[in-house]
Amino acid sequence: MEWEYSPAPESSAIADIKDRYLPFIDGSFKEGSGEDRDTINPGTGERLSTVSTVEASDVDRAVKAARRAYQDVWSQLPGAERGKYLFRIARAIAERSRELAVVETLDNGKPIKETRDFDVPAAAQHFFYHAGWADKLQHLGLGPAPRPLGVAGQVIPWNFPLLMAAWKIAPALAAGNTVVIKPAETTPLSILVLAEIIADADLPPGVVNIVTGAGDVGSALLNHSGIDKVAFTGSTAVGRRLQRELAGTGRKITLELGGKGANIIFEDAAQDQAVEGIINGIFFNQGQVCCAGSRLLVQESIADEFIERLKQRVETLRVGDPMDKNTDVGAINSEAQLGRITALMDAGLAEGAELWSSSCPLPKNGFYLAPSIFTNATPSMRIAREEIFGPVLTTMTFRTPDEAVTKANNSPYGLSAGVWTEKGSRAMGMAAALRSGVIWDNTFNRFDPAASFGGYKESGFGREGGPSGLDAYLDTDDEAVVR
Amino acid sequence: MSPASKDLKQPEATATTILPAHLADAAADETSLRRFLLGLPGVDPVGIEMRAAGLATRSIKRASKLAALDLAISMVDLTTLEGADTPGKVRNLARKAMLPDPDYPDTPHTAAICVYPDMVPTAVAELQGSGVNVASVASAFPSGRSSLEVKLADTKIAVDAGTDEIDMVIDRGAFLAGDYGTVFEQIIAIKQACGNARLKVILETGELATYDNVRRASWLALLAGADFIKTSTGKISPAATLPVVHVMLQAVKDWKAQTGEQRAVKPAGGIRTAKDAIRYLVAVNEVAGPEWLDPYYFRFGASSVLNDLIMQRRAQLDGHYSGADYVTVD
Repeated sequence: MEWEYSPAPESSAIADIKDRYLPFIDGSFKEGSGEDRDTINPGTGERLSTVSTVEASDVDRAVKAARRAYQDVWSQLPGAERGKYLFRIARAIAERSRELAVVETLDNGKPIKETRDFDVPAAAQHFFYHAGWADKLQHLGLGPAPRPLGVAGQVIPWNFPLLMAAWKIAPALAAGNTVVIKPAETTPLSILVLAEIIADADLPPGVVNIVTGAGDVGSALLNHSGIDKVAFTGSTAVGRRLQRELAGTGRKITLELGGKGANIIFEDAAQDQAVEGIINGIFFNQGQVCCAGSRLLVQESIADEFIERLKQRVETLRVGDPMDKNTDVGAINSEAQLGRITALMDAGLAEGAELWSSSCPLPKNGFYLAPSIFTNATPSMRIAREEIFGPVLTTMTFRTPDEAVTKANNSPYGLSAGVWTEKGSRAMGMAAALRSGVIWDNTFNRFDPAASFGGYKESGFGREGGPSGLDAYLDTDDEAVVR
Repeated sequence: MSPASKDLKQPEATATTILPAHLADAAADETSLRRFLLGLPGVDPVGIEMRAAGLATRSIKRASKLAALDLAISMVDLTTLEGADTPGKVRNLARKAMLPDPDYPDTPHTAAICVYPDMVPTAVAELQGSGVNVASVASAFPSGRSSLEVKLADTKIAVDAGTDEIDMVIDRGAFLAGDYGTVFEQIIAIKQACGNARLKVILETGELATYDNVRRASWLALLAGADFIKTSTGKISPAATLPVVHVMLQAVKDWKAQTGEQRAVKPAGGIRTAKDAIRYLVAVNEVAGPEWLDPYYFRFGASSVLNDLIMQRRAQLDGHYSGADYVTVD
C-alpha cells in the first residue's frame, strides 16, 4: 500500500515574526545607522522580515557599553550571581523553545524537526551547563584564580544561528566577560529573540550587545581596539585574514573554521547503523555543518554493496518544506550558498566523478538541493579536498587501516572524523592516529556542552565547550595570578 | 573445519524459492550455520535506538492517520492466551474480530484471532467464511521447553482442527547455548507439520536480550522457512519494542533483496495505543518499504490496542472523542 503522509506543518504564527528588527545595544533595541537589510525565508525564497543594520559608530557604542558594563557591574558580581542570570536565560530559552524553533526554521531553512529536537534544546543546555561553572572557575583545573579577559568580540555563522550564539555567549558570561556579538546577515532573527530573553532576564545593560550586518560590521567589531578577546566561527578564508589583522595585538583569539570530515567505514562495522551515521553526518542541516562527515571512506571489500544500501536509504529521506514536521532535509540557507554548492558539484563532474542524486521531488520555490553522492572520487579532486558545505557526499575507498588514516589525514582541515568498526581496539587506535579535533566512534554529529569542540590545522584553534572552552575566556597566566 | 559437523535437515523446497548459493550453503551443516549467523554484520544499540526514536517523531495527521488506523485494525491478530480461556471468551473475541465496531460496520475486520490449540475448533466454527483467520500458538507455548514430539503433537492438534496459522516458539535455551542446529531443525519439523498453515516463528526477543541475537535468530528462522518472524509471546517483558522490530524489518528486507521472496513480521505484546501502532507502521513503511503495508506481511499481536484504534477511528470520523463505554469490551 502506498501511504502518503498528510502535510503536518508547524504553525508559523507561533514565531510572531515582526516586520522589522533592531540591533540590541546597551540594554535596549536601538536603530542602527546602517541600511536596512531584508532577511529571506529559504524555504519559500520570500522576504521574511527586515533588520536594521549597524555601522562602525554603532559598533563603537556597543564596545563602549560592554566595557562600561564589564568594569562597573559584571566583573564585580560574584560568580554565583552571574550563574543566576545564566540559569534564568536557560530556563527562558526552554520556555520559549517552540517559538525559537519556528523562528530559526523560518530564517535558516533547516527542518523544524531539527530546530525543535536539536538546535533549541542544545542552546538551552549550553546556558545551563555554563551557569553551573560560573561560581566554580577556580575548580576548572586552570589555576587557583582564573580571571575574565574583558570585552569579547564574537562573530557567528548562519548554519546554527541560535546554538552558535549560545556557544559564544554562555562561556563568555560565565567567565565574567561582557560580549559584543554579530550574527550572520542571512540569519539575524533568532539571536534577536534571544535578546528579548536577555532583556527579560534583567541582565545588566551592556553585558550582551548584538550588532547586525554583513562582513564589514564583523571586521569593524573584531578589529576594534576596545576588545580583549576575539572568537570567530566561519570560513577558513576569513579566519586566515583575521589572524593576519590581529597579529601582534596580544588579543586572545579562537577560530572555529571549515572542515572536510572523514567518515571511515570498516568491513566489520554495524552496517545499518553506519548508513544512518553517514546520513546524519552529511545530510544533518543539509550538510551545512563545519564538522560534517563529507568524505566517506569505505573499505573496498564492502564498498559496492554498502554504497547501494546507502543510496537506498537516502532515497527515503523526505526533502521539502522545512516547516513540515516530517521533513528530514530542508532548504539551503541562501541562493548564494546554493550557487556555491552547485558550482563545486559541476567541478566534481568535470573532474570525472560519478554523481548520484536522490529522486525525491523538490519544492518549486525556495532553495533546495536533492541529497547527492559522488562515487569514484579520487583524493586529488576538488570535491574531495574543498569544503562543499551542502548535502553532497564524496565517496572514496581504502584497503587497510593505515591507508584509511593516511587518506583521512590528507586534508588541510582537521575538525571531525568518524570511525565505524565493531572492534574496540581498532577504534581506539584510529582515534589516536587521526588528526582531528573531534572523533566519533560508531556515531556522528553528537554534541554535548561538556565535550570540547574544535579543530586541528586549518580548521582553527581553541576549544568550545567543557573546561577547555572556558579557558578561551579566562586569563590563566600564572604571573597574572601572582601579580 | 570439523569433519564431525552434523548435516542439517533442510526446509522442503517450494516452487517459489530457489535460494542463492551462499544462503543455500549457510545451513548445510551445523558449522556453516554457526559461521553464517556469527558472521552477520553487528547491530549497534545506540544507533538503532536513535533511529527508532527519530522515526517515532513522525507526525501522522488527517487522511494519512485514518488510512493508518484502518490498516492497523486489519493487521491485528486479536489474541487471548490465558489459562482461563473458555469457549464463551473465544466466541466473544471472534465476534469482535469480525465486527470490531458495530456502530461503524465499514470498520475493517481484524486479520485473525489467536488462541491456544484446544480453542481452535471453537474459533474455526465461529469465523467460518468471515475472512478472519484462526491462528493458534503451538510447540509448548510460551516456554518451548518440551520434546520435539510434544511440540509436533501440539501443532498437529491445531492444524487438524483447521487453523490457518501457527505461532510457534523457538527453543531459546538451545539458541543461547549456541545450538543453532537444534533450533533450525525444530522450525523445519514444525513447518512440515503445518501443511498449508502459515508459520509464525516467535523469537522471544526479550529473552535473546541483544540486537545481535535478534538479527541472528531472524535469519535462522528465515533460513528454516518461517513465513513470519514474530517478536514475543507476550508473557515476557520486554515484549515488542520499536528498535527490535527495526532489526527484524531490516532482516526481511535483506532477505527479499537476496532471494526475491517477501516474508512477514509480527510484533506482539506491549502495543497498547493507536499511537504505538502508527509508530510501527511508520517503521514498516520506511525501514522495510511500502510493500509490507499489508496484513499478509505485517501483523500486530495484541488485544487492548484494538479498542484504542476504534476510538481513534471514531474521533477522526466524528471530529470528537467519545467515551470508552461506546466501544465494546469483549
